[in-house]
Formats: sequence, C-alpha cells, structure tokens
Amino acid sequence: MLELKHIQKYYNPGTVNEMCLFEDFNLTVKDGQFVAVVGSNGSGKTSMLNLICGSIDVDDGKILIDGHDITREKEYQRLKRIGRVYQDPAMGTCPNMTLLENMAMADNKGKFFGLSRGTNRERINYYKECLSQLNLGLEDKLNVKVGTLSGGQRQAMSLVMSTLTPIDFLILDEHTAALDPKTAERIMELTGKIVAEKKLTTIMVTHNLRYAVEYGDRLLMMHQGETVIDVAGEEKKKLHVDKLLEKFNEISIECGN
Amino acid sequence: MNFALTVVEQGLIYGILALGVYITYKILDFPDLTVDGSFPLGAAVTASLITRGVNPYLTLPIAFLAGALAGVCTGLIHVKCKVRDLLSGIIMMTALYTVNLEIAGTNNVPLFSKETMFKNKMLTGIFGDTTPGYAKVALILIVVLISKILLDLYLQTKSGYLLRAVGDNDKLVTSLAKDKGNVKILGLAIANGLVSLSGCVFCQEQKVFDISSGTGAMVIGLASVIIGTAMFKKFPKVKATTAVFVGAILYKACVALAIKFFNPQAMKLITAVLFLLILIISMDRKKKVKHYA
Repeated sequence: MLELKHIQKYYNPGTVNEMCLFEDFNLTVKDGQFVAVVGSNGSGKTSMLNLICGSIDVDDGKILIDGHDITREKEYQRLKRIGRVYQDPAMGTCPNMTLLENMAMADNKGKFFGLSRGTNRERINYYKECLSQLNLGLEDKLNVKVGTLSGGQRQAMSLVMSTLTPIDFLILDEHTAALDPKTAERIMELTGKIVAEKKLTTIMVTHNLRYAVEYGDRLLMMHQGETVIDVAGEEKKKLHVDKLLEKFNEISIECGN
Repeated sequence: MNFALTVVEQGLIYGILALGVYITYKILDFPDLTVDGSFPLGAAVTASLITRGVNPYLTLPIAFLAGALAGVCTGLIHVKCKVRDLLSGIIMMTALYTVNLEIAGTNNVPLFSKETMFKNKMLTGIFGDTTPGYAKVALILIVVLISKILLDLYLQTKSGYLLRAVGDNDKLVTSLAKDKGNVKILGLAIANGLVSLSGCVFCQEQKVFDISSGTGAMVIGLASVIIGTAMFKKFPKVKATTAVFVGAILYKACVALAIKFFNPQAMKLITAVLFLLILIISMDRKKKVKHYA
C-alpha cells in the first residue's frame, strides 16, 4: 500500500514566482490497484509521480510504502521496488548498448553489479520469450543497438525492462504520449496485459481520457494540486468519456481558459 | 627506422593515456581535465619510488592506484559537492600540480643512473648495456595489452555495463536502483588510473620526471581517441580500445613529422592546430548534443 500524507510542495519558494502546488495532498493506493490519473497541464500529475519516486523532494508531509516511511530515501533507493516508464522513449533504455545488454541490466535490477559476466547466457532464451510477447520481432534483434529501434519499439522495451524483476509498483508517466495512435494502442494493451499478469500496483498518468476510462480500476482527475474526481470499482465502470470531458471543460471554464 | 620505432614507442605510451580519456570522454561523457594532473602524478610517484630504489615494475600498479585516487577525488568533487564536471577537473588539475611537486621533491628529477623498467639488471643480462628499441616497444606492448585486455573484460562485466549505461542514459542507472554518482566516481578512478600508468611508463622511458610533462596531456588523449574512433567508425569489428592506440600512434607520427619541419618551440602550437584539424575533419564536435532533455 502506498500512502501520501499531508504533502506540501512549493515551487520557487521565497521568490515572486512562488507557487503552491500541493497543500495538504493525500492519497492512498491499495495493493493491486491500477490507478489512472488525468488532469490538465500543471495540475500536478507528473509532480505527484516525481514525489513518489523521489525525483523531487517534498517540503512537508510523508510518503509511506506498506507503512514504511520512504520520504527521506533517495530516488535510486526507492526505485528498488518501483518500476517507472517515462514519456520519452529514450529514457528507459541505453541507446548505445544492445537489446541483450539492456535486458541483462534490467534483469539484474536490485542486485549487485559486480565483476561477474554482464550477460548470463542461460537467460537469453528467457529474454527472447519476454520480447516475443511484444510481437515486434525484437527477439531476433538481440545484438542490435537499442538506439536503432523506433520510439514505439523502445517504449515497449522500456515497459518490459521495468517489469522484468519483481517490483511493488509500476509508475507510468504518460508513457504513450510520444507514440503514434496505433503504437500507443499497442503499448496500452501490453501494459494492461503485464499489469494483470504480474498483479502490479500501478499509477498511470495519461492525457488520453479513453485509456483512463478503459484501463484500471480507479480513476483520479487532478486539478491545481487536488483530486477533483476519485472513483473506483463499479462506479468507475459506469464512468463514460463524455462525462469526464464535461468535467474537464467545467474546470477549464472556472480557470478562464 | 629509428624514427618509426620512437613514434610507435611514444604512441603506445600515450595510447594508455588515450584509453583513460576514452573512458571519461566517450563512455562517461565527462570532459575530465584531471588528466593534465594525473599524468604527471604517475610520473612523480614513479620518480619518487625509483630514486628510493623500489623495483621499477612495482611502480606500475602503484602509479595506477595513485591516479585512481586522484580520479576518486575529482568524482567526489563533482558528485558530492555538485561542482560542474569541467570545473571539478580543473580544480583537481590545479591541486595536483602542488601534490606532484611535493611527491617528486623538485620540478625535475633525472633517473638516468637509476634502474627503470627499460634498463635494469635483468635486461642487461639479456641484451647487454643498451636495451634495443624493439625490446622497449615489446615491454611497453606488454603493459598496453594487459591494460587493454583487462579493460575490455571489465566492460563486459555487470559493473562495466553500468559504467557504459551511466554515460549513455543515467536515468536508467537510477531506474536500476543504483546510485549514478558512485558509478561515475568508479569510472573516473579507472580512467585516471590508466592515465597515471601512462605517466609512469612515460617517465621511465624519458628517464626523467618533469612537472610540465602533463601540460597538454588531455589534448593528446582526446586527439588520439577522436582519430581512433573516427577511423574505425566503418569497422565496428575493431574495438574502440584498439582504435585509440592506432589513433595515438598516428597522432604522435603527425606531431613528430611536423616538428621535423618546424622549430621545436612551436610544439604546443602544432599540437593545438593539429587537434583543431582533427576535430574539424572528424566532425566530432556536434556529437555532444544530448538527444534527451
């Protein structure tokens, strides 16, 4: 279970540009929940993910995983049990290393990176199996540099790599935003499949309202650092894209844009 | 013939330096100016040990460790004090000047009468009073091969993968739950260890320690790396760790040829102009633009 308690976050504190993003923000995500988060730009979606992962620090408040306080842990320490896929497909892989080397590194996440052989030959078939599920033909390109792959292929790789080892949380930060509609659809299907298979607790930020409605068992809409919609279970199933869009427009009008 | 032998000899020695620069410049994407200080550091440590009668072959690993320590310092300044990469190197380079003087005692230590890795009882027993040029090259080649093979092997280990990853995409290293700062420090340590090792061999070959031997070491290293990697771009089968040695020998040959026609005083100017030409020809300048924010 992930808990955000009384989170406060200011940007540019002490300057004329001071902006309060979160004022007493609270969120609890139960184990196994797949939360889709929507909201306009600047509503604090990505900031929330950054706070959870430790990419930025909270000014006040606590972040707990299974009751254990991780607020003071560094980003790399938290990422031991968190897998994260970024919006930019280039972020999740090493372009100048081969697919095999990338997979081998991902496979060793959380373990010691010592002087033993980088790629364990016995695992190659397993990597091939993982990649063949993508239906992108990547399993035949193991010795190709990742940099030569397309954005969609790289994002698929990132997704596989971030879920290769056992993790508690999967954080998806608009991971289909940089892809063409068809590829985005494919990556989303894959995401749904992996999350269901591995029973991962997932937080997915997206701008695609349809994905938010179709995927996941809980939906959050954020606005100016607060959650304005929070529905789960049966209630979420009844939710329709139109209704969501209506609410979206309502907020936009309030803000005058 | 003698000319060619000297060029190969010097090229191989500077090739070890280039191997270190390859790690920082190409793998870590870190413009490390520590090199100008860690090269004479290796020489200073060697001179100091040899005048104290330490076995000249033992100076090689000790020089490596001394350089590695300097690299760790640069890394700590960069990672822990959050100083920019270029500045961290400049700080260490400046500090090392004094350290080197302190270690060597003075700014010039002649080793003509001392035992070196090229002139000692064992070699005199085999070759007589003067060690022939090819034997010197062979000795250097042994050091070169050991460094190169060990580095190649290291880059294929898990730790080596992480080192390559940190220069390629440091976000991924964080995603793998590893502290990217520590990986950078490790990389700088290995790189400067090699640079210092190169300084150690250089000092024994020249039979003298000179405090100014480090000036321009970075340029030599960079030029070698850029020539080497640009030359073998179309031959991916040739490892970069081999290419930098070819680059170093070629670069040394160019400089040696140029000096034949010009005043030796123009050495540094020739070095700089040559480096500029190499940069323009290989167009490596543009490469440093990151493709992710």
